[in-house]
Amino acid sequence: MSTDTALLAYVTRLGDNALVLSQRKIETVTLGPELEEELANANFALDYLGQARLLYSLAGEIEGDGRGEDDFAFLRSDHEYQNLLLLEQPNGHFGDTIARDFLFESFYLLQLEALEQCSHTGVAEIAARAVKEVRYHLRHVAQWLIRLGDGTAQSHARMQQSIDDLWRFTGELFAADEIDREFTANYAGPDLVALQDEWQKNVAAVLREATLTMPEDGWMASGGKQGQHSEHFGFLLAEMQHLQRSHPGATW
Amino acid sequence: MSDKEWPLYEVFIRSKAGLSHRHAGSVHAADDQMALDHARDTYTRRSEGVSLWVVRSSEIIASDPKETAAFFEPAEDKIYRHPTFYKIPDGVDNL
Repeated sequence: MSTDTALLAYVTRLGDNALVLSQRKIETVTLGPELEEELANANFALDYLGQARLLYSLAGEIEGDGRGEDDFAFLRSDHEYQNLLLLEQPNGHFGDTIARDFLFESFYLLQLEALEQCSHTGVAEIAARAVKEVRYHLRHVAQWLIRLGDGTAQSHARMQQSIDDLWRFTGELFAADEIDREFTANYAGPDLVALQDEWQKNVAAVLREATLTMPEDGWMASGGKQGQHSEHFGFLLAEMQHLQRSHPGATW
Repeated sequence: MSDKEWPLYEVFIRSKAGLSHRHAGSVHAADDQMALDHARDTYTRRSEGVSLWVVRSSEIIASDPKETAAFFEPAEDKIYRHPTFYKIPDGVDNL
């Protein structure tokens, strides 16, 4: 695989993660438990949308075929999306969204901190901006996890169930493939093995504070990074893309 | 699910270093940390501040509206307490 192909795929994946999580968060707009949490969630969704735009624009520049952010977001089909499976899972209840955000952002923050130091200027600049946003999101979501885990018997049981249900998607966060290895070798990117140790330590500490049990690693789902998605993904894309698909080139 | 509303917190923002915190509004939150988060997300989205205070609304001791006359009116006829006899030099915008 050439350096440029790997770089393009790597940046597109980062954009896919940001956009798919943004879309899932947008689906929960108006469903927040309180007005203030509602605002926070919508802000976070917009943070991710902003990151996706920057990453897709960068991907377009790397590719050099004149594709822009909208082409990446709205005119690719499901197998061309290479986001993590964890992020495309249906939102479920509030505790499920907290568990998903916590597991992903505990990883994403470490990934961004490493990317901030990488030798590709464009990626490093985007990471430097995103890292501040995600550091705050993680703080927010970890507090929720602790509040609900260490809350009532019911909130504890539901939070534990959410963590257990999503655990099988956490293996993919650290499953390096050729694209990861190429990017890391060429641009001093993150070492996913080292990240995993750090992630486990951080996640374990918050779960302990939340009086929750860290699940045992069992069978892990994977394939999102290679374009093989769960059945839910098609519906997500259909809703997100239908306007551009029905009215090509439509603008505000 | 409980129908109990989260307690109210008052939010104070310092807009830049050197200025004092000013009351900006209020948020509902289940605990102190959440109140700080909510204040950040509700009131500082457009770079309004560099520092936040939140305090439970129930912790604020307020003057009684019925006592307004006794509290504040005695100051009204003491005009000599106001620095209105000075000329403001040209070029001074804020005093």
